[in-house]
Amino acid sequence: MSDASLDRLVSSREIIVCCGSGGVGKTSVAAAVALGAAARRGGRVLVLTIDPARRLATALGLEGIGNEARRVPDTVLAEAIGSPPRGELWAAMLDMKQSWDDLVRTYAEDSAAADRILENHLYRNLTSRFVQSHDYIAMERLFEIHAAGEYDLIVIDTPPTRNAIDFLEAPARMADFFGGRFLRWLTLPYRVGGRRSSRVLELASRPFAQFADRLLGGAFLEDIGEFFANFQSMYDGFVARAEAVERLLRDRRTTFAVVTTLEPAPLHEAERFCAALGERDLHLGAIVCNRTLPDLLLDPGAAEAAAACRSDAEAVATVLAEAGLPGLDDPARTARVLRIVGESFDRFAVVARREAELRAELAGGPEVVARVPALAGDVGDVAALAAIARHLYAEGASAEP
Amino acid sequence: MTVDVRALLDRRLLVFTGKGGVGKTTIASATALVAAELGRRVLLVEADGKGDVPAQFEHPPVGFAPVEVHPGVRAMAMDTEASLQEYIRLQLRVPVIGRIGPFARALDFVATAAPGVKEILTIGKIAWEVREAIAGRAEHDLVIVDAAATGHIVAQLGAADALHDLVDVGPLRSQTRWVSELVTDPAVTAVNVVTTPEEMPVAETIELVERLRTEVRAPLGTIVANRVLPEPFTRADAAVFAALVAGPGRAALTARIGAGAGDAVDAARLAVAMRSATTTHLDHLRTAVDLPVCYVPYLFVRAPGLRATRMVADAMAEEMGVR
Repeated sequence: MSDASLDRLVSSREIIVCCGSGGVGKTSVAAAVALGAAARRGGRVLVLTIDPARRLATALGLEGIGNEARRVPDTVLAEAIGSPPRGELWAAMLDMKQSWDDLVRTYAEDSAAADRILENHLYRNLTSRFVQSHDYIAMERLFEIHAAGEYDLIVIDTPPTRNAIDFLEAPARMADFFGGRFLRWLTLPYRVGGRRSSRVLELASRPFAQFADRLLGGAFLEDIGEFFANFQSMYDGFVARAEAVERLLRDRRTTFAVVTTLEPAPLHEAERFCAALGERDLHLGAIVCNRTLPDLLLDPGAAEAAAACRSDAEAVATVLAEAGLPGLDDPARTARVLRIVGESFDRFAVVARREAELRAELAGGPEVVARVPALAGDVGDVAALAAIARHLYAEGASAEP
Repeated sequence: MTVDVRALLDRRLLVFTGKGGVGKTTIASATALVAAELGRRVLLVEADGKGDVPAQFEHPPVGFAPVEVHPGVRAMAMDTEASLQEYIRLQLRVPVIGRIGPFARALDFVATAAPGVKEILTIGKIAWEVREAIAGRAEHDLVIVDAAATGHIVAQLGAADALHDLVDVGPLRSQTRWVSELVTDPAVTAVNVVTTPEEMPVAETIELVERLRTEVRAPLGTIVANRVLPEPFTRADAAVFAALVAGPGRAALTARIGAGAGDAVDAARLAVAMRSATTTHLDHLRTAVDLPVCYVPYLFVRAPGLRATRMVADAMAEEMGVR
């Protein structure tokens, strides 16, 4: 695996799914992976982001657009990477609501049926207010774009879920849900057609419905019944589609990149996620450790110098003042600054050592362990993405921690 | 609108929300520690049931039934199915023997299909515990919630109202009313938003505060700015530091204390740069949100645990003016 690198990964796959817990910088890393691929390998590369920070969205030309992809101008890309890019970088955002509506329009029997669903109270609630439905629609959208075949590589950022594993289950859950016997049975009379009587109401004589009726009220149950009756016509389409989405995630053309910071909680989540990928026979292509502290904090020589800054501050400050160096003429002040330099080093070194230990634990997992240092400032423009990409694709970004 | 941060611990329900990864669990746990040390009996609820709360007290995992994880702090993990069983038992007086069994599948279905069922079971249980505390029937005086992230909290807090709109009859309708009254009562509840001094968390915080006000009329408490890096140098010191970073200063320092001097100075330069990147976001936060801000410093510790929780608790106590 000595030649394993992110370069090889992006040139041998068609889909890279970036995942990890909230706040680790998934969106920026996904965008940087795509930028690097477009700049270095060529071809048409799309980054599909879920919820980019506003400045990043603006930088990618994504403000105020729906599902439509935009191309990052070559001039912008060239300036950021300092050379003409070999390929094209495209960016798109995921508009959850629009994606669901599109899906309904695709699978509804006719436009009247689609309208009935789109206007249903429960449908609107399900799709706009509840986060869970986002997991599925992101994967669904990925499938759609991949099937259209317009891009050589798609890098997708995943939605912020409570649990990173949730979205892996989303297609199966969706198929299970819509194909479930309980649901079919519940809405059976509608399938037969005719009178708008419902099994739900007929159920009123049964213990469950009696209970449900007391809990929720009959009209509410009827709402549910009607919603699923309308969804009936789309069962087969939905189930087939969800299964196809799942096959795509398993396909050898797809790989996963787990993004994490080296803090205990996100890392714990990342490890669980890696294990979950393994259990599901999904391909873990890379782990990206984001915002890591630099190695100089682990350097013994630097630690010695930092110690000298603290313990020897006065003497050193006096020497510097006697040398007549500009700005260092006040030994007391210089000594204080030196002590702060030493203390600051020690504090950050504690964290850097913790990070190094955690990083060592990650080695031996995937083929590629890439590392992006903590950069001062937010990722707000294409140049910052290019800087991240340089670290991601750096030589030696392999299984060495 | 002014919020007295010192009086926050006198309320009955403190909810901590914020973007994923900002440290809600740590802040909620540390606040529980502060309250417990002031003599409050705390019920600490982990709303997303991930199981991270007990670790803050170096205690093994806990379930739906509250367990003391630290003197004065009992913790529980939310579990909507258990919450429903309890609800049925207490409210509808339907005996539930053992597990719900086949009923669980039906529940699964309803919970997936009916928007808000999981949310109402969560907020319903929390409100129940608050009501019991107010009535003096509980083993706690204060409920602290390590709540769902920004994307979910509005749905959760607003679940009672949403259900009220959806359900036209039945006991649930009347019960949604007191839940919603409790969570919107400023004498009882304070919703606090945790953030870090970074672009996205701050942007989400500003947006969330607005939504909490307009969509769920939630009484807001404080903003907690977590992991705030120290400002290494005063302005005057910064000039001296600048003279050490480059040119003859750097060379002289290296000559005096060794080759590692450059690295030590560069490490301090990184600390300065990282801190200065956060300043803009903190300024933005302060001007955009008219709520008090508690600052909790970044902890330079090896690992989370009781020691880290205590450090955060000390910072929170100082910021809240209760110690």
